Amino acid sequence: MKNDIISTAENDNDVLLRVSDLRVSFKTDRAVLHAVEGVSFNVLHGETLGIVGESGCGKSISCMSILKLIQGENVLYEGGTIEFEGVNTLTMSDKQLQKIRGKDISVIFQEPMTALNPLYTIGDQMSEALKLHSKLGKKEIRDRCIEMLEKVRIPNPREIMLRYPFNLSGGMRQRVMIAMALLTNPKLVIADEPTTALDVTIQAQVLDVMQSLQREYGCSYIFITHDLGVISEMADRVAVMYGGHICECADTDTLFENPLHPYTRGLIASRPQGRMTQSRLAVIPGNVPSLANKPSGCPFHTRCPDARDCCRERFPETVAVDEGHTVACWNYAKK
Amino acid sequence: MKDTNKERLARKRRRRREHARETFRLFRKNKAAMFGCAVLLIFILAAIFADVIVPYEEAISQNSSVRLSGPSAEHIFGTDKYGRDVFARIIHGSRRSLSLGVGTTLLSVCIGGLIGACCGFYGGKFDTVVMRICDIIMCIPALLFALAVVAALGASMLNLILAITIISVPSYIRIIRSVIISIVEQDYIYAARLCGSSNRSIIFHHVLPNAMGPIIVQASMNVASMMLTAAGLSFIGMGVQQPAPEWGAMLNEARDFMTNQPYLLLFPGAAISLSALCLNLVGDGLRDALDPRLKA
Amino acid sequence: MFKYILKRLLIMIPTLLGVIFIVFTIMNLTPGNPGRTILGTMATQEQVDQLNHELGYDKPFFSRFFSYCGGLLQGDFGTSYRTRAPFTTELMGRLPTTIKLGLAAFILSSLIGVSLGILSAVKQYSFADVFCSTTAILFASIPGFFLGMVLIYVFGLKLGWFPTFGGTDFKSFVLPVITLTIATTVTVQRLTRTTMLEAVRQDYIRTAKAKGCSKARMTWKHALKNAILPVITVMGINAGTVMGGAVICETVFALPGMGTYILTAIRSKDIPVVMSSTVLLSLIFCVIMILVDVLYAAIDPRIRERITH
Repeated sequence: MKNDIISTAENDNDVLLRVSDLRVSFKTDRAVLHAVEGVSFNVLHGETLGIVGESGCGKSISCMSILKLIQGENVLYEGGTIEFEGVNTLTMSDKQLQKIRGKDISVIFQEPMTALNPLYTIGDQMSEALKLHSKLGKKEIRDRCIEMLEKVRIPNPREIMLRYPFNLSGGMRQRVMIAMALLTNPKLVIADEPTTALDVTIQAQVLDVMQSLQREYGCSYIFITHDLGVISEMADRVAVMYGGHICECADTDTLFENPLHPYTRGLIASRPQGRMTQSRLAVIPGNVPSLANKPSGCPFHTRCPDARDCCRERFPETVAVDEGHTVACWNYAKK
Repeated sequence: MKDTNKERLARKRRRRREHARETFRLFRKNKAAMFGCAVLLIFILAAIFADVIVPYEEAISQNSSVRLSGPSAEHIFGTDKYGRDVFARIIHGSRRSLSLGVGTTLLSVCIGGLIGACCGFYGGKFDTVVMRICDIIMCIPALLFALAVVAALGASMLNLILAITIISVPSYIRIIRSVIISIVEQDYIYAARLCGSSNRSIIFHHVLPNAMGPIIVQASMNVASMMLTAAGLSFIGMGVQQPAPEWGAMLNEARDFMTNQPYLLLFPGAAISLSALCLNLVGDGLRDALDPRLKA
Repeated sequence: MFKYILKRLLIMIPTLLGVIFIVFTIMNLTPGNPGRTILGTMATQEQVDQLNHELGYDKPFFSRFFSYCGGLLQGDFGTSYRTRAPFTTELMGRLPTTIKLGLAAFILSSLIGVSLGILSAVKQYSFADVFCSTTAILFASIPGFFLGMVLIYVFGLKLGWFPTFGGTDFKSFVLPVITLTIATTVTVQRLTRTTMLEAVRQDYIRTAKAKGCSKARMTWKHALKNAILPVITVMGINAGTVMGGAVICETVFALPGMGTYILTAIRSKDIPVVMSSTVLLSLIFCVIMILVDVLYAAIDPRIRERITH
């Protein structure tokens, strides 16, 4: 099934979201920090795109730019386009964006503890999106919320509707967030590390809920995480990000079987395997460079085992090595 | 082992120095705070060198021939109802007014800090009793309580300091206690305990350095209001007594001559307001620099 | 909730007893005795002793303390040493003035402070914000008694719009209320600005934005309710500041209120009056603090949960 989607990837009708050459920076009192430097990716109807990378690689910022959800006034959208169903959301006004936010595109955030307003009941907060985006009556909204809570497998949804966030456990809260995101039947759901803050067993349940809801509603997911295990389970295609660039993008099976970029290789090698043959886990040497002193050229060259002179000078062009498999590395660049 | 310890300490010291430098940088960038500092410095210098600028004699010697004369070349701020030079009284008054603000703050921080730290660190019965007493004192409207204390002990500069300290200590105890508790509950203190650090070393190496920030912020924000409270008490005759010059008391005297000699009102009032403003600006600047998270 | 309020009222009793004890002790530290104070230095020692005996001042400290507390229980607030009139008689004439002044200032400062704080936070760095924040720090630095006198000078003496001293009509309250309001608005305003700015940075505001809320909805529905909580606490503390400020304010404007009454009593060492006034104002303050906590619980479900279980 996954391969079917990949093979038709070039068909424009299937593309729900097309991000091209996105550049986002932050203005501080000392310098302008380039967080995202020319990121391009597509999301197809009904698929799950996984975006992997270490913290600070720009994965959340790229995705939050789709709805301009980055907090603070010092964000600069320096270039590129984000086309959602053919319309550029980057040039939209706040008013226009409000009609898309929560209706066509919704978001599941990482921190279930702080993402819900502590002073309103679950019912209040869930029904808000429906109140804003639909013409349903009070009773219908309530019924819809309860139905959705049932779908995310929350026991006693009627009672939970009257509870406050602090009454619920982390896993429950995250399920409420998922129910809230899917309430308006959106076309795209951006899930920003939705399971990172949860226990492993709860994590599995939440992922399961997300998958079954996708089957039911046919929405697309952008799944942001740093957990390769979660990615391999959830995603149809994966984009690997490092230092504000996408360094490799391929369908999940290909990426795990035939990783090309040295960073992807490092990531996959450092994953604990079911049966450990080595005594120590492989690691990628060094640390993620901070935004303030990002290396020139390919940002990974400081940690790359195959770094060459050209790596330090210029960022390589992204090349397609196979159908639906792109990589940005001098090792594969056309000379 | 010894080496790594030394290295660790050096690293810690370096980190602290960097933090201090960053704080200083942020503070220096704050123009309002720098303005406050500059004006405050003038006030402080005036207080220190008051006798050099104008002899104390001029501030208290009465001269009926020049009473209530407006600002002139000889008396640039004019003279009051006893013919005393207002400029001299303001310069010498700065000693009392400023030291009232700073002195009471320092005193209450020290007392409140000590008691609050003990409460937060040890807890138990002592904590309960102290907190009860604080509750009781905080129940009484502060200014009334200070009035009662001054009335009981007699109106004088020292008793004024005492009264204002008593009313402000409970809030410091509370603040510092909660700061200490929040620090003690943090993981690194737990880690230090596990490593076998003594209470003493925990207090001096972990708790105090981390509690300093909030305490400084709180204290610097309070200096101005302490000064204003002291001036207010002097204003209603419950503080510094005649003939010693103090800005609040000068304003009280000016009340009767408001109609014809408004300058008597203007100069001490401006002196209080300006110095309070500068203290507030410096306090705000310190808060923003020490705790950038709070910065709005 | 009812149970909680009852519990708080019960806790208030020992607290007030503590207040009485502390103030009583302090007032008795005063050198001299009421007999001498009232009769002056010219009176003979016998006359003074006679008066002290009449006032009950010759009894030991604790016996006087307990008889005062016993009197309070029977609704007897004591008799003034100075005027020999019962405290309550004098109070009836004085209290309304202070309550009018304090209540007006309290309500005005809360309303103005919160609205200006929100304005500043919503339009951060705008002209309005800079203007409000600058005036706030200016007014925080001007002592109430100086501001009051400047107002008297400008609006009373020069423009003649308002009376300069005393009086109980509406006009004579305008300047005192303005003075007291300005002094207490600043804290509310600055805190509201800070908490609002903090609140709009929270994750749940981002969630609300992601849901498609308008900026107004995020501000008024999601941020304000969270930001107002610390402000409510400060409003309660402000009630105490208003009472203290009223003393000075009444002095400046020569208003016949509790403030001037207490001040006279303190000067003449009129212990029963000082005691009863302090106890009464502390009682009012305590009740306000309970109201604050109830209001807090009404807004914050976490606190509600904690106090009802």
